Amino acid sequence: MANSRSKAASAELERPSSQALSAMAVVAPAVGWLIPGAGHLAQKRWIRGLLLMVCIVAMYILGLAMNGHVYQPNSGEVLDILGFIGDVGAGGLYIVSRAMDYGQGMIQHATADYGTKFIIVAGLLNFIAAVDAYHIAIGKKK
Amino acid sequence: MTGLALSHFTAALLFAVFASVVFGITQREGMRDQVRYGAYCFAMFIGGVIAAGWVMWLVRH
Repeated sequence: MANSRSKAASAELERPSSQALSAMAVVAPAVGWLIPGAGHLAQKRWIRGLLLMVCIVAMYILGLAMNGHVYQPNSGEVLDILGFIGDVGAGGLYIVSRAMDYGQGMIQHATADYGTKFIIVAGLLNFIAAVDAYHIAIGKKK
Repeated sequence: MTGLALSHFTAALLFAVFASVVFGITQREGMRDQVRYGAYCFAMFIGGVIAAGWVMWLVRH
């Protein structure tokens, strides 16, 4: 009886922090997806956030600089749809590059094909970073 | 527009660096484990590139 009372009391005490955590559990991955590394920065993981930001943004920009292709959502071909899913992981970077019409040229040399892969992998790595930010927010990871 | 022209190995090296850093940070806890796992991933990426290069050389010859 006393044990259950103490559990209820501790749950009562923990409620405000768990509410704050649940808000962060939504905000951190969303912000992390939109701006690579921002999900970690929002939770005061400065070094990790900056490293993620630098790596993902550099990879995406290098891909564009190599004339990599940025996939569109409505091409209809399965491989293009998969490419789009990878690209869209980069969040804000993808939105900006689509708005500025970057990465729409024809691939004419091997390096440009590497660029396409750099862009896709940057997006996929950003998905992983956003999930990591979520795990930090729910307390599964420090 | 020709764009940035990296060699195959430079492109693979940059890819390995960026992917290893992200893997290290996201897949492990604690600074020491993260650095170790990042270094392990980097070694695997570069080792894989060199091994694949030798396999292609053997197939070609």
